[in-house]
Amino acid sequence: MLELRNVNAGYGNIQVLHQVNLIINSGEIITLIGANGAGKSTTLMAISGIIPLRSGKILFEGEFIHKLSPDKLVAKGVCQVPEGRHIFSQLTVQENLDMGAFLRTDKVGIKEDLDYVFSLFPILAERRNQDGGTLSGGEQQMLAMSRALMARPKLLLLDEPSMGLAPLIIKQIFEIVKKINKDHNTTIFLVEQNANQALHIADRGYVIENGKITISDTAENLLQNQDIQKAYLGI
Amino acid sequence: MDYFIELLFGGLTRGSIYALIALGYTMVYGIIGLINFAHGEIYMIGAFTSFIVATVLSIYGFPLLAIVVIAALAAAVWSSAYGVTIEKIAYRPLRHAPRLSPLISAIGMSIFLQNYVLLAQTSDFLPFPALIPEFAFMEPVAHIVGSSDLVILITTTLVMFALTLLIKFTRIGKAMRATAQDRTMAMLVGINVDRVISATFVIGSALAALGGMLIASHIGQINFYIGFLAGIKAFTAAVLGGIGSIPGAVLGSLVLGLTESFATGYVSSDYEDVFAFSLLVLILIFKPSGLLGKAETKKV
Repeated sequence: MLELRNVNAGYGNIQVLHQVNLIINSGEIITLIGANGAGKSTTLMAISGIIPLRSGKILFEGEFIHKLSPDKLVAKGVCQVPEGRHIFSQLTVQENLDMGAFLRTDKVGIKEDLDYVFSLFPILAERRNQDGGTLSGGEQQMLAMSRALMARPKLLLLDEPSMGLAPLIIKQIFEIVKKINKDHNTTIFLVEQNANQALHIADRGYVIENGKITISDTAENLLQNQDIQKAYLGI
Repeated sequence: MDYFIELLFGGLTRGSIYALIALGYTMVYGIIGLINFAHGEIYMIGAFTSFIVATVLSIYGFPLLAIVVIAALAAAVWSSAYGVTIEKIAYRPLRHAPRLSPLISAIGMSIFLQNYVLLAQTSDFLPFPALIPEFAFMEPVAHIVGSSDLVILITTTLVMFALTLLIKFTRIGKAMRATAQDRTMAMLVGINVDRVISATFVIGSALAALGGMLIASHIGQINFYIGFLAGIKAFTAAVLGGIGSIPGAVLGSLVLGLTESFATGYVSSDYEDVFAFSLLVLILIFKPSGLLGKAETKKV
């Protein structure tokens, strides 16, 4: 479904990604794990078209997408929940969700998806007329994910959904990621520092170090891998 | 008492013209974080366009109402074209440059446009035709409130109301609010940010052009330099109200207009600008974010 071929990207004078190769198949949950500053978020921003590639190619459903603008990618079904959630703090919860469906015109489908995200996160239905900025961190994460779902993505990019949240909420968020994947066969690319949780729900994983992909394997194998255990799982 | 009411209406008229210009400053700042110093020149170009169109149409003997409407539309369209073009050639290439670069580019555009109009038109003051007639029903109060004051107040009120609806309820309005709050996220939900920025320049420029036409008709003369002081005053009003805030720009403009009017009326017209800018200094000292500006709150 998504393929990165020899992707190089960065900001200003600093090159962050070096020859990144990655394949995500339809329906999979893939996780990308790595330390702070390894290039995880940069990978997602490159896929979403926010930062331009220096070289390399990105394919989505067999089509080159690395020269498309971010709004074209959303239209194709590539949606991202960025790190730090980026809630529109002065818009209400409902308006934030409406923004997620910005490119859609199918009123019936939008209503269905709204009901779906409210079934995933009932708390958002309670708070729908509240400003996004007044929500707690966990609720903001739920809103950010719901907003992305409102675009009815084929590929959902999640950047550190567990960051800064309480363990109980993290558990809930990961369960829901799994559920989203099952319910709509949504392909998920999950970037995480919380490698343990991420690998437990993922099918396969990639490890990124200093902007290079160093290991690629099934999630089970990665959980058993001693280097991974030492570096990322704290075992 | 009559004198007070006269000053009050004078201040409101002045304030509503400032508001039409200040909205352009504040909306552009809200979306791309730039003080568009060429905005005063957009207002001046609007005044010139309506001057040319109105003059030509009156030669052909069009009725006054048709002249006003066509001149206003022409000014709005022409100024918007300038606004969008300025953004494309002078600001867009600098979007990722340090903040000072587009600011200097804006000052450069302002000087360029002033001199362009100076060369293309004239350095003299041109008499502007009175586009707003003296209404008969206003006669009993004409010594206090002029007909053009009334028209300016009604027009700006209607325009502000329409703008509020546009921003609150339309698709482009929602996209503008989202882009102002978080540009990256706006891109990630599928908003074409370039288009939003262009739309912002179109709206801001059209409002300024309308203001240019109304005030030129009210005062009765224009030249290439009118955009400078009007621009600075409107910018002051926008900062006064809290730059980036739309209701703030309107409130700041009215406060500024009334301050100038009363200071001129009760103290001395020599000190008009002194009062205006003293007000700015006081606000900046005691409430730097402006009357309605908000200090940023972010949750991470």
